[in-house]
Amino acid sequence: MRSIGYLLTHYDVLGAFGVNLQLTAWSVLFSLVLGIILVLLRICPVRSLRLFATGFVNLFQNLPLTIVMVFLLLGAFVQLRFQFSSNFSTNFFWFAVTGLSLYTSAFVCESIRSGINTVPLGQAEAARSLGLGFFQSATLVILPQAVRGSVAPLGNTLIALLKNSTVASAAAVSTETSSLMNTMIQYNASSIVSVFLIFALGYVILIIPIGLLTTWLSNKLAVRR
Amino acid sequence: MTDSPRTSSANMPQTGSTTVQSATTKKKLGPVLVQLQHVNKWYGDLHVLKDVNLTVRKGEVVVMLGPSGSGKSTTCRTINRLERIDSGTILIDGKKLPQEGKALQKLRQSVGMVFQSYNLFAHLTILDNVTLAPRHVLHMPKDQAQKEALELLHRVGVDGQAQKYPAQLSGGQQQRVAIARALAMHPQVMLFDEPTSALDPEMVGEVLNVMTDLAHQGMTMICVTHEMGFARHVADRIVFMADGRVLESESPEEFFEHPKTERAREFQSKILGH
Repeated sequence: MRSIGYLLTHYDVLGAFGVNLQLTAWSVLFSLVLGIILVLLRICPVRSLRLFATGFVNLFQNLPLTIVMVFLLLGAFVQLRFQFSSNFSTNFFWFAVTGLSLYTSAFVCESIRSGINTVPLGQAEAARSLGLGFFQSATLVILPQAVRGSVAPLGNTLIALLKNSTVASAAAVSTETSSLMNTMIQYNASSIVSVFLIFALGYVILIIPIGLLTTWLSNKLAVRR
Repeated sequence: MTDSPRTSSANMPQTGSTTVQSATTKKKLGPVLVQLQHVNKWYGDLHVLKDVNLTVRKGEVVVMLGPSGSGKSTTCRTINRLERIDSGTILIDGKKLPQEGKALQKLRQSVGMVFQSYNLFAHLTILDNVTLAPRHVLHMPKDQAQKEALELLHRVGVDGQAQKYPAQLSGGQQQRVAIARALAMHPQVMLFDEPTSALDPEMVGEVLNVMTDLAHQGMTMICVTHEMGFARHVADRIVFMADGRVLESESPEEFFEHPKTERAREFQSKILGH
């Protein structure tokens, strides 16, 4: 049986967590941008755009992430021969980011939309009565308040995203934690508990601060009415 | 007598004819600014506005009275199209109220609105509340917008609170900021939708004072209110609504001394009786 020290020195555990953090960081960026665009479409006055966004959100909310990843690889990469880079691992990294971003954007959209429901209707009426258009009302008045009201659900979405980043293995990202864990178990079957502990603790250490931070932020940013 | 209409009519409530005289000579009214013609609105089967006709001239202060559910708030809200109408025409400065889009935004700039629940932007400071629309709609430079905003806040007496957030102010202060915010767009007409109904009784006066000053400065105003003192002393005309119809449109003296309809007499006896 191998010691935890042996496992940590012979495998690049920190590097693997680094890959998951990178996947998460890029996906946070893209899913926030896409999520905000989706939520704008979902509340906009144009019916066809609303329908499109509703369809998009429902599709990605209800598809398992693994299937999104595999579909991206099989569809975009294998069938359409689309690639981000000729370097294999870079290419799959960005496929994983794409899958995670598409999937998470649906949840970001719904989190912010729940925040929009906390903004009283009068705020939008006041904005409109001052001559602000839809886009200005949404970006200057509604969304700033909605986002502050949805910090807690956004934090939960972020936690889910970090954990979901392990599904990147389905997009052939082989350097991230769940792939490394598989390899380590394969070669150190007798130390399976230690291997599990390493990864479980690693995620707990990463995720607890996120939870604390979002609770603190959601109190700090809350709009006083 | 002219500078203090409040005391003059309070002292001589019986001399209706002389006060009518003073009211008609009080102010020279300009051309027609807001006109509602045969406006109808339904909520499903409920006919909430029944052939409403209303003409407001420039500089006129119109107070809309009536029981709850009579359609006075709805009428007020149709004027900047926060409520859509099902038939009829609304003209503002001779132009038909657009249905939506840029033209409607343009028009809303010239119609200021003050709400019962203030509706100040909760995430912005008082100063930013007032400068938001001038900066983003009129594209006024920040310095100029802030300078004008501070002047307006001074006018309504809350300039000391410019850096605070709405929730830190009292209701009366918030409502005065809301008035300043609407004035910052230099509107041609101001709509007041029960501006004092949500306020503590002690704070009603400070808001009514701002509105009275505004009226004396010649602002065209349409006010839905239950403040009978304001209606009697500041209004040029009382529009009395009940069940979605305009029943009376008279000078305050005429309306309060000689109501024409049974419904208006009943309304008055209920609210003035005690």
